Amino acid sequence: MDYIDPHIHMVSRITDDYATLARMGCVAISEPAFWAGFDRGSVDGFRDYFRQLTEVEPRRAAQYGIQHFTWLCINAKEAENVELSREVIAMIPEFLDKPGVLGIGEIGLNKNTKNEATIFVEHMELAIQHEQSILIHTPHLEDKYQGTRMILDMLCDDSRIDRDRVLVDHVEEHTIAEVLDRGFWAGMTLYPISKCTPDRAVDMIQMYGGDRLLVNSAGDWGPSKPTAVPDLIFECRQRGIPEATIRKVVYENPVEFFSQSKNFNFQPRDPQQALVR
Amino acid sequence: MNTTQSASDVLDRHFLETRARILEIAAILDRIDRAGGIEGDDRRMQQLYQGIQILLQSDDNRAEQVQRLFSRPYSTNWRQEMGV
Repeated sequence: MDYIDPHIHMVSRITDDYATLARMGCVAISEPAFWAGFDRGSVDGFRDYFRQLTEVEPRRAAQYGIQHFTWLCINAKEAENVELSREVIAMIPEFLDKPGVLGIGEIGLNKNTKNEATIFVEHMELAIQHEQSILIHTPHLEDKYQGTRMILDMLCDDSRIDRDRVLVDHVEEHTIAEVLDRGFWAGMTLYPISKCTPDRAVDMIQMYGGDRLLVNSAGDWGPSKPTAVPDLIFECRQRGIPEATIRKVVYENPVEFFSQSKNFNFQPRDPQQALVR
Repeated sequence: MNTTQSASDVLDRHFLETRARILEIAAILDRIDRAGGIEGDDRRMQQLYQGIQILLQSDDNRAEQVQRLFSRPYSTNWRQEMGV
């Protein structure tokens, strides 16, 4: 089955991973800007990173028949440095018209601090001013519930936010209902230890249905598995979930959400697979 | 959402896996005790025991309850409290 991984950090992965993804049926990926494992020291560090995301990775992906899309921001962890964050936010518009740029992301909260909230709102303003979609990172472990609720408060307090164009990622059992009930898209991240296992993600598909749900590997430099989405497809089939539902979650939903971005120039492998909306 | 799996199918499929995980938890708690046990009120141990209690309930949202147990509380007044 062709699928799309809507959240994966390929700058952290080796080229063999692209080959494996292609063999497993991955036809497109979207790569949000994230924390590199260390705090960058200047806005030029981010400018170089955004060139990597908009120029280098698309070429690397294309060698394996995978279409690469991306999101830009300064991540929540580095948002603690408000001065640097504002410099990066001011620089981002240089890249918003580049091919494959889908919007602002992954913005969000990390430890749910005042500075993180301040920069989150300023990223929201950037997205609104430039009519961009938003991809949101919700915090880890014990911070997730509180942080997700704070993020939803900030989004819902601004009437200019189009909820159809916001994907709230890394939802789990205690946050998914609130995200969907408020009209946002929800992403489930499949990780070996934290976030969701494929089994638990399939539980949530069974409980909430396939509408507005996406699944991703969020493969990066930490413990993660780039081929986690095929693991979920396998688990769905083990449970007898209809192929149409699986396809909706792993292919049609990402296409529908991304299609709201003007730079989503996706070419289905089979033109017959073009989404019927 | 309907699937082809009955409750008995699910149990058949996951029985050994669940048994193994319970065994792992038992072994970890034994390991802590053999190492001298945790002195005083360690919040994490309390959380673990509360989590085990949640598993014994008959509700169908145990996973959500366990997630809530290990979560920091959310306050609707967070903006005022943080000075945002």
